Amino acid sequence: MLIHIPVVLGVVVATLVSQTALAEAANGALLYQRNCAVCHGIKGDGGVGIPLNLKDFLAVASDNYLRATLREGRPGRVMPAFPGLSSDQVSAIIGHLRSWSDTEGPTYPAETLNGQPERGKTLFASHCAACHGDGGQGGVGTGVTFSRPRDAPVEAPALDNPGFQASVSDAMLKATLLRGREGTPMPSIGTLGLEERDADDLVTYLRQLNTATKPEQAAAGLEPVIQFESSYDLEQTLENLKQAVVGRNFRVIREQYFEQGLAAAGEENPRRIMLYFCNFAFLDEALAIDPRVGLFLPCRITLVETENGVQVMSINPKNLSQLFNNQALDKACQQMHDLYEEIMEEATL
Amino acid sequence: MKKYVVMLVLLLSPVLAAEELFMVRSQLSFPEAMTVLQQAIRENGYQVSRVQRIDIGLTRSGYKTDKYRVVFFGKLQEIRKISDQYPELVAYLPLKIAIFAENDETILLSSSFKHLRPFYSSADLLASFAQWETDIRRILERVRIEE
Repeated sequence: MLIHIPVVLGVVVATLVSQTALAEAANGALLYQRNCAVCHGIKGDGGVGIPLNLKDFLAVASDNYLRATLREGRPGRVMPAFPGLSSDQVSAIIGHLRSWSDTEGPTYPAETLNGQPERGKTLFASHCAACHGDGGQGGVGTGVTFSRPRDAPVEAPALDNPGFQASVSDAMLKATLLRGREGTPMPSIGTLGLEERDADDLVTYLRQLNTATKPEQAAAGLEPVIQFESSYDLEQTLENLKQAVVGRNFRVIREQYFEQGLAAAGEENPRRIMLYFCNFAFLDEALAIDPRVGLFLPCRITLVETENGVQVMSINPKNLSQLFNNQALDKACQQMHDLYEEIMEEATL
Repeated sequence: MKKYVVMLVLLLSPVLAAEELFMVRSQLSFPEAMTVLQQAIRENGYQVSRVQRIDIGLTRSGYKTDKYRVVFFGKLQEIRKISDQYPELVAYLPLKIAIFAENDETILLSSSFKHLRPFYSSADLLASFAQWETDIRRILERVRIEE
């Protein structure tokens, strides 16, 4: 009988999944809630992601742009690609976004604009680079934040991102420049004294941004743990670690048994100890880059005494970072990885 | 039988998809979401070992932030067994869920074990990873749907 369980369950699952998929295809609201709302907000107000319910955004974003964005994501800029969504499901999500606006999505010609890129470069440097970065790399941080003060209410998107460039048409870029985006710092270029010809030059320049420098992916296959064997006993290693931590401008915030809080008091294994530490300035910067860094927190090194000696170890932030699709976070994790190594090396050698 | 049930739950879980990060938005305020989260952790057979108050340290140091906590949890015997067999995995234990306020809503976040799987081949350990993922999804979904 047990032999048939996988088969029976397989049939049940296949049936349920196909029925669920059919129901979902017709329910953009449900699909949006499942796939998008956690970052973009239940009503599209934004969050870790940019706001999607802005009137000006919906007025210039074509269905093709939205569709390609869901397919391509934004490599290295948090927004993932959704290759698992069917075409019908993508359409249903777009339909849900359109329900926030009383205007239909525009369609654009596929033509390439032929402005003067050198002139566009000059205009970009004067009017756009302050928010979008010198090379169009976008602002630092994620879409909107409601949890921390910062200068920009909505972070400027990366115009050099290969996912963005693959999704947007020249005509949509131009429409965005001419219209601006109320509710964000993005003005209409008309308010800056620029004209349609200037928009053509800007678009032509934007198409030449260096998208070849694709975001570095945190290398898959990196060891998940940074680990050192100590030349000292447990107590001395712990003292060495504390000194090494403080010597790098971190503050020791807690020292506890590994099993504390799980085992009854007095029954914890005393030969496994966790040392928590923090540099709050570094933490503040990390949270500004990506509010999801809680999974790295707090900084911690664990000491384990075995019959072979004392091991000290931490997570490898570079390994964990690969889950976040955030190039800026990858850089911070490289920094943290190096710090962990320095601290553990100093404490154990 | 158990592993097939786990497979079924994984396939049909509302916190679905081949995510690497498990992330949900709750319409509960932060204190309410925190209460439900701890209830859900206990309901799934785990024990909360510690709540790290990230926001407190930051604000005491002069930085501004809304509520931000990390909740650690586990099962003592399971954690003892795994950390005996794979001492290096203590770096990832106990399990954790980050929870932070976003206006009057709350975001909860945890990770899959996808990044650890390539380094281990033990069927028991891989089954533990799968079980943890299922349980974390269930815990997060419980908070997400609570009104």
